[in-house]
Amino acid sequence: MEHPAPAPPASAIRQNTVFTPFNIISGTIIIIGCVLTVLRFTKGIGAMTNLNDTNPWGIWIGFDLLCGVALAAGGYVTCAACYIFGFKHFRCAVRPAVLTAFLGYGLVVFALSYDVGRPWRLPYPIFLSQGTSSILFEVALCVFLYLNVLMLEFSPAAFEWLNWKYARYIIGKVSMVLVIFGIILSTLHQSSLGALFLLVPSKVHPLWLSGYLPVYFFISSIFAGMSMVIFEHSLVERFLHHKLDLEHEVESNNVAMGFAKSAAFLMMGYIMIQLIGIAMDNDWKYLFTRWGLWYLVEIVGFVGLPAILFAIGFREQNIKLIQMAAWWTVLGIVLNRLNISLIAFNWQLPLAQRYFPSWMEIMTTLFIVTIGVVAFKIIVTLMPVLYAHPDFPDDH
Amino acid sequence: MGITRRQFFGWMGAAVGSQAAFASQAKAAATNHFTGHPGSFGVLHDISRCIGCRKCEAACNQVNKLPAPEIPFDDRAVLGQIRRPRAEAYTVVNQFKPKNKPAAVFVKTQCNHCLEPACVSACFVKALTKSKTGAVVYDASLCVGCRYCMIACPFDIPAYEYDNPFTPEITKCTLCQPRIEKNQRPGCVDACPQEALTFGAREDLIKIAGQRIDKYPDRYEKHIYGEHEMGGCNWLYIANAPFTDLNMREDLGITPAPALTSGALAAVPVVVSLWVVFINGLRAISKRKEQIAEEEKIQAVNAAVETEKGRFNLEIKQIKEKARTEKEAAVEKEVKKALEAAAQTLNEIKPAQTTEPVKNAETLLPEKQENT
Amino acid sequence: MEADFNTLQEFMTHTKGIAYLLIGVALVALPLFWRFLTARDEKKQTF
Repeated sequence: MEHPAPAPPASAIRQNTVFTPFNIISGTIIIIGCVLTVLRFTKGIGAMTNLNDTNPWGIWIGFDLLCGVALAAGGYVTCAACYIFGFKHFRCAVRPAVLTAFLGYGLVVFALSYDVGRPWRLPYPIFLSQGTSSILFEVALCVFLYLNVLMLEFSPAAFEWLNWKYARYIIGKVSMVLVIFGIILSTLHQSSLGALFLLVPSKVHPLWLSGYLPVYFFISSIFAGMSMVIFEHSLVERFLHHKLDLEHEVESNNVAMGFAKSAAFLMMGYIMIQLIGIAMDNDWKYLFTRWGLWYLVEIVGFVGLPAILFAIGFREQNIKLIQMAAWWTVLGIVLNRLNISLIAFNWQLPLAQRYFPSWMEIMTTLFIVTIGVVAFKIIVTLMPVLYAHPDFPDDH
Repeated sequence: MGITRRQFFGWMGAAVGSQAAFASQAKAAATNHFTGHPGSFGVLHDISRCIGCRKCEAACNQVNKLPAPEIPFDDRAVLGQIRRPRAEAYTVVNQFKPKNKPAAVFVKTQCNHCLEPACVSACFVKALTKSKTGAVVYDASLCVGCRYCMIACPFDIPAYEYDNPFTPEITKCTLCQPRIEKNQRPGCVDACPQEALTFGAREDLIKIAGQRIDKYPDRYEKHIYGEHEMGGCNWLYIANAPFTDLNMREDLGITPAPALTSGALAAVPVVVSLWVVFINGLRAISKRKEQIAEEEKIQAVNAAVETEKGRFNLEIKQIKEKARTEKEAAVEKEVKKALEAAAQTLNEIKPAQTTEPVKNAETLLPEKQENT
Repeated sequence: MEADFNTLQEFMTHTKGIAYLLIGVALVALPLFWRFLTARDEKKQTF
């Protein structure tokens, strides 16, 4: 298969400048982020966050960690679809998904170094003193191992770019092991992030709290990953079109169709197990409260409706509908994680004692996300992620 | 699961030459019932005796060498607001005005040193540990600052030094572990002028509490707070007002914190082992299906080829047959033509010799000549 | 193993610690056994 070399971006031909809108905005955010970083490590967490003794976790955990991990799930889901379930035509979706996952998890660890009191001690639980009774230990171990797996899973693209043929050959031999290990690790830590809250039943609202929380987090991570793959591709199609080769362009629609079908079904199954969770704890009465309304907004509005949209989109073979359902689902996942960790957490406390993020916390989060987007753009421009490297056509 | 001396010697005797004691101990372990460190210490807080003088707060501050507070400890105006323990204050006294009570009620709040602490279960570096004295102890040399212990504590006790950029620590009551080890009592217990705090072995304190409640049934709520909450605490309370009016939750249940995540943790090794099996299996199945599909495809192609070949051969055969019969017919025709031509010629040559036309060319052949 | 556990916490730390070690064993032993099992199959494709 002949792959024409990707055309240079039209904007570069026109302006030949570094000051594109994207660069200006992301550059500004990054500069502010650097200032905030200095603040964090000279004045401490208290100087820039609204965290306190009653609300020790804020959006750096609720969004950066919990949502970051859930939305990076596209890596293991796409690998599973392609290499375990045998959907060979998903091949093109694998590299972008693995890159997103790798950057996602890398940034989660990066974000943790802001939130945690002594980030240089992050290796302690794994190498020095293992608190094996803690779910957080398991999360830490899995994230650490998975970050390494992702790095290795992504390395073929880097090796192709560097033209290190032997390294590329070697890594190809172990890629199956990596895929399987990656799926196992992902199952564990996705579910364990939910299990973290099992330790505090007294602080999470009954509608969100359930013994099934680990299952909820795991299942939702699957359709979160699928939606992110579709959503991301719609952005790449819009802003990085010139990097896509023909195979990617054509196959990605099939990927979107396939994921839409699976996600729709999974999401309905997820709603079913949520209902079962309520039934098992006999929490029906809470549905008729204001919190109940909020719960229904999340489950019906941000899981049920997009699921139906996915279904219609698949039946009508309508990509636009599917893409809309995808980012709607992504919002729903974010809402779910924020609900469990921040909104429905400490729900019994009076408003005056509740937590709202400070602008500096929000800015730091934005800074971290921006780094991810910029890194993605750079890597995708340089390395064979959205196209097959001409020297390695079959290995892609 | 403490073994008393009596049991030990008894078993030693019985164990000579018999396995029975060994077996019975193993059986006992299988029921997994834990009763905490035997002889651990605790404090009983008699809320009805507290007058809100805050001398315990001052003592705690002094004993732990904490920084001097902004508002001095003899200021009782602070009691107008509900406070919670914070970085520089391991304990606080709060004032409550429950309905149907003439006087205010004062409650001292600090770490309850649970038998099965949620914070110890939560800590992924073992920076928090439950010691045999009953104290829940914090090791600042291990703490990473993740603050999961603060999330986990159902009583919202651990505080954090958010304004410390490099060496922030979790802070909470230590049960004056260093003093206990020197056979002294915690600073707050010593300082209390009303004997609202009693230090002793947990089992004894429960007895004392029960006795007081029985002796003054109109005074006390019939409940020892901390006896069973979250699996039990080393800090116990008896009160002259409902606990829920004193910001002390009664909906925490009696399940110890570690048991809450025990199930999720137990799933981990099983998921790993089974996923290795299932994922490999699924992959093998899908590869095998591919293989079978390939084989079926090849078979179908071969079968088609065979049929085609057969048809082809049949056609060839038919064509050959046709060619042969045609050839034979052609040869016959030619022979017939030649013979007729010869007969014709003969007829032209010999019209005088005989009146009969030669009908049959064969008669011209020499052996068969019948002419005169 | 007659280690005496006074608290559920001690028991869990001990048993879960062993469980994690067993996970390590499983991750090595099971794939090795799989290779033994499938060694005579036709050569598989690697990606």
